[in-house]
Amino acid sequence: MSIKVDLEKCTGCGFCVNYCPFDAISMRSRQEDSLPASRFRRYAKIEDSCNLCGACIDSCPLHAISMERAEKKERVPLKDYKDLWVFAEQREGKIEEVSYELLGKGRELADKRGCSLVAVLLGDDISSEAEKLIHAGADKVFFIEDPLLANFTDEPYTQALSWLIEEEKPEIILMGATTIGRAFASRVAAKIWTGLTADCTELDIDTERGLLLQTRPAFGGNIMATILTEHNRPQMATVRYKVFKPLKSDPSRKGEVIEKKYPGKLSSRTSILEIIKDTTQEINLSEADIIVAGGRGLGKPENFKLVEELAQALGGAVGASRAAVDADWIPYAHQVGQTGRTVAPKLYIALGISGAIQHQVGMRSAGTIIAINKDPHAPIFNIANYGIVGDVFEVVPALIRELKK
Amino acid sequence: MKIVVCIKQVPDTTEVRINPKTNTLIREGVESIINPFDLNALEEGLRIKEKMNGELIALSMGPPQAESALKEAIALGCDSGILLTDRAFAGADTWATSYTLSRGIRRIGEVDLIICGKQAIDGDTAQVGPSIAEMLDIPCITYVRKIEEIDKSNIKAQRMMEGGYHLLESSLPALITVVKEINEPRLPSLRGKMRARKEEIIKYSAADIVCEIDSIGQMGSPTVVEKIFAPPVRDKGTMIKGEPSEAAAKLVSELKEKGVLL
Amino acid sequence: MIDYGFTEEQLMIQELARQIAEERVRPVRAQLDEEGSHSAEIMQVLAESDLFAVFIPEEYGGLGGGALELCIATEELSKVCGGVAVSYAATALGAYPIMLGGSDEQKKKYLPAIASGEKLAAFGITEPNAGSDAGGVETTAEKDGDSYILNGSKIFITNGGVADIYTVIAMTDRSRGARGASCFILEKGMEGFEFGKEEDKMGIRASATRELIFTDCRVPAENLISREGMGFILSMRTFDHSRPGIGAQAVGIAQGALNEAVDYASERIQFGQPVSSFQAIRHLIADMATKVEAARTLVYQAARQVDSGAKNISKLSAMSKLFASEIAMEVTTNAVQIFGGYGYMREYPAEKFMRDAKITQIYEGTSQIQREVIGLEVIKEAKFRDKK
Repeated sequence: MSIKVDLEKCTGCGFCVNYCPFDAISMRSRQEDSLPASRFRRYAKIEDSCNLCGACIDSCPLHAISMERAEKKERVPLKDYKDLWVFAEQREGKIEEVSYELLGKGRELADKRGCSLVAVLLGDDISSEAEKLIHAGADKVFFIEDPLLANFTDEPYTQALSWLIEEEKPEIILMGATTIGRAFASRVAAKIWTGLTADCTELDIDTERGLLLQTRPAFGGNIMATILTEHNRPQMATVRYKVFKPLKSDPSRKGEVIEKKYPGKLSSRTSILEIIKDTTQEINLSEADIIVAGGRGLGKPENFKLVEELAQALGGAVGASRAAVDADWIPYAHQVGQTGRTVAPKLYIALGISGAIQHQVGMRSAGTIIAINKDPHAPIFNIANYGIVGDVFEVVPALIRELKK
Repeated sequence: MKIVVCIKQVPDTTEVRINPKTNTLIREGVESIINPFDLNALEEGLRIKEKMNGELIALSMGPPQAESALKEAIALGCDSGILLTDRAFAGADTWATSYTLSRGIRRIGEVDLIICGKQAIDGDTAQVGPSIAEMLDIPCITYVRKIEEIDKSNIKAQRMMEGGYHLLESSLPALITVVKEINEPRLPSLRGKMRARKEEIIKYSAADIVCEIDSIGQMGSPTVVEKIFAPPVRDKGTMIKGEPSEAAAKLVSELKEKGVLL
Repeated sequence: MIDYGFTEEQLMIQELARQIAEERVRPVRAQLDEEGSHSAEIMQVLAESDLFAVFIPEEYGGLGGGALELCIATEELSKVCGGVAVSYAATALGAYPIMLGGSDEQKKKYLPAIASGEKLAAFGITEPNAGSDAGGVETTAEKDGDSYILNGSKIFITNGGVADIYTVIAMTDRSRGARGASCFILEKGMEGFEFGKEEDKMGIRASATRELIFTDCRVPAENLISREGMGFILSMRTFDHSRPGIGAQAVGIAQGALNEAVDYASERIQFGQPVSSFQAIRHLIADMATKVEAARTLVYQAARQVDSGAKNISKLSAMSKLFASEIAMEVTTNAVQIFGGYGYMREYPAEKFMRDAKITQIYEGTSQIQREVIGLEVIKEAKFRDKK
């Protein structure tokens, strides 16, 4: 498999050079490289750093670039795999909201694919939660109970789910892109040798090919990519909080709840010594509907109170830019952005945040973005739905008064 | 104590854009950097090496140019750098990348601890660390924000979770992935830079690490990129003008009208 | 990119100093400026990066560079913060008397700790009644057996209080005027050696400036550098070596201000276009850039002259410091002008550069003293030329 440049078509225009994200195309002299003479002196050479992403193919105005793909074979008999699974992630016996969101989307996809929607629950003494999954849209629930599954450690979870996959052969598995889901899904995909796409923002079914279309942001959110798992099964994807909507719980829905018994003994070389809750972080940023975030423009740690006050007035959580965290105004757990958390609340209010791209990456999928900043050229205004150019210390108190009316 | 830190050379993603008209990437003057989270992994590796008098090896998979990232790792204080480089590795997704790296680690021999950054900023998948652990059949602790204790056979570490953290203990060998909060990476020293200039980077091809050709590169990758495109452009927002109290009132009524606030 | 003919090592120093300035200094510079505080953390970073080793000979734990290496690092730090830069450069100033006149034992004892950055150094000559007039030093050092007893005080000492090693000028024979001055190595913590007033300065606020007080401070005779009476000559030689460093600081400050001004001029829209598109601004920028470049070239030339081991370096050294500091003042003032009203506000970095620039015209010999040095040298050379 490689990228090929058709030397008869290539004019050496150099368009492709700028489009290559890996700096892997160079313009070279045909003569120096002992190539047959042409009326074009230069040609595009694909260097070893090529990552086969294919960006250059579309960039070529002369359609001189193509990708030769090696034929890949089915790794498993694809037709044996059916049904769409959602991993129902539980913490201390309570199912995470993201799992219900995935059941909402999963219902739609399963109907499109014409298959069953199955929720998989791992835990200890958790069967009582199974009904809720049915009410949220699942046709069937598999659950495995074991003391080692009470809280997540990667090995027993991987052993249990991998076994169940081999037993039941699902076609698709969706998991929440939580700290647990990301690690767990990776390990399972590694073990059973299948594709896994992280942080999908859109999922769809290609009904003709029977494939899951997995769309996710790449390169820090600057581009989107649609990814397929063609020859391996199941097709696995993770999705962040708040990307999809749960169905309204319907207690009249009926479904099967089936207990599965792991045939061997689960084992773990990792043990949980303690579970510590961060009380300063009353609302989980990833789950918050409203986030008020502060940045460098606040000037001092004392001024951060203003962010908290507005958050309180709105019943939202407090976020921060990297600058504010680096200056020790607020703990790292509140950082939003590339090196912090990615959030997608309904409402995001940025106070004194200039909105560097690294910050935008972490919050650009918020429903409504409001920016208040005294610099009219702050990049945050480019993505804000509403902007106020003004002094944070004047506008925010006014806003709080207005909200309290 | 032998420690391997996996690093990735990535384009500074904040510079990459897509041309919405042609749907292609625009890449102008994008610099290659060590993935920022991998710098935290290197720093943690250096601290453990210094404390326990261990050996620290930086490992990367990539094109020959990725050698510069490994030189940087040596300038920071790593003992050696290994680059897995081969045309056959190109086009690898996270599965094939993890597989290749795990074979590279096997080639190094007995390793006590493997440290990865929590994710790479160009892919943001956070999949490679745990996948390597699975492929090497060792335990894994992701999102480590603090190592409380480490000795020859055990590690006790805090795993960051939504709304708190878990304190975990694991036997070694193990793999951990680290978050930014764990430390502040050091800068290189002049002596380190001088050493890095001279130090040879060890290069392994697919044959050197005994990889089956259908498990690496594009051939070994279960996923394929169907297409890439520009993200939907946000509508140009509304700028609200007026005195602070006026602007605040306008904003609140607008939000209520649109149903954002109740 | 202009090629200044740097070696690979020098380019590494430049790259590393720039990285430290951007990543570690820039985020805190406004805070350090506001608080007026010296940053031990940043000094620690400079130390761990081996930057204190660049001007120290290899046999004493350094990397064997000289004035040019010191200038390169100082310039890069100054582009971001002149205060941090002077804390660094003042250590070199404090180390020079030892490097230039110290015995092998003294070098072995003190230089490795300076090279590793474990200890900062400072140089003390200025007193309330002895600024430009080194002959007016009133601090005395009286021989008593195998030690000297120091009495008196020094003011405006950069790194005062934060440095561990001090090279101090005191009179061993007041009757001989400048020829009666001697240079001693003092260590923080010596009995009778205390620190007085901390200065609240206009600029370079990220550096410590403090009074040194000696009250019957007993210093072992082995801490005398060279011999009695050599203090004045040693001071002059020290300044000959260190002045290009101040020139580099001035060039860095000027370049830093210019960079900010150019960025601002390209972004600031007035009358519907960026202000950089107005000729009045563009030509101002052109003049600023040209002058900075001229100053830089002179500084590097002076530093190279120092490193070549040439004997007559006073003139070029003084010229580089004089010219660069005057340019720094001019360029930073114009940078504030380009920023307009914003330039006058503390919130924008322009005014800090202007405040930082002023000191370069004053310390290590005022511009007036530099002109004296240069004038005397030029006239002396003319006589020599006539004889030929």
